[in-house]
Amino acid sequence: MMNRQQTLQQALRAALDPMHLEVLDESHMHNVPEGAQSHFKVTVVSERFAGQPLIARHRQVNAALRDEFEAGLHALAIHAMTPAEWFKRGGKAPASPPCLGGSKAQP
Amino acid sequence: MDVLDRIREQVENNAVVLYMKGTPQFPMCGFSSRAAEALKSCGVPFAYVNVLQDQEIFENLPRFADWPTFPQLYINGELVGGCDITLELQASGELERMVKEAVEKAEQGAPAANDDQG
Repeated sequence: MMNRQQTLQQALRAALDPMHLEVLDESHMHNVPEGAQSHFKVTVVSERFAGQPLIARHRQVNAALRDEFEAGLHALAIHAMTPAEWFKRGGKAPASPPCLGGSKAQP
Repeated sequence: MDVLDRIREQVENNAVVLYMKGTPQFPMCGFSSRAAEALKSCGVPFAYVNVLQDQEIFENLPRFADWPTFPQLYINGELVGGCDITLELQASGELERMVKEAVEKAEQGAPAANDDQG
């Protein structure tokens, strides 16, 4: 059985034909049980993003992972770039923030 | 009022609204905290809704604009994005321009109390 990191990678590869793709499980940085597979960070570099505003890029990432959101994926940091933007940044995505406790909080 | 109508009213009646976990003073999530800090850095007032204090909004905001996560930033009634987009817009200077324009537009659009000149 695939873990969620692999499932996310597969779904994003199929949907976005990325030149570069990184999916990090950052759940350990948050207030959730060990192995929760709830918080992820995606860096996806694809030519398909050319000419698209950020919100359209993020919507495509979210849409590709819709089933996973329904199955317990809680947080997703998204860095969606074209190859040109990626190289301009020196091949790095920004770091994700610390938790502050709200992951488990329900209203 | 239906919860989606309630959200619509909030985003239409406020030039800038941040739906977040916690408050700008006491954020309960790193992503919400960063988005709130980015907005604060623009130097204009903004509205916020603490989704941890409103079960209905917490459950229904994701389907309002088909966006699955918090925080969510709305400017002029339109979803701009979540934390990552807010920070990218801040880094490029766009965020301040967008927020200031929206606030100015809202002020011009608001009916002035003593203005009967049209």
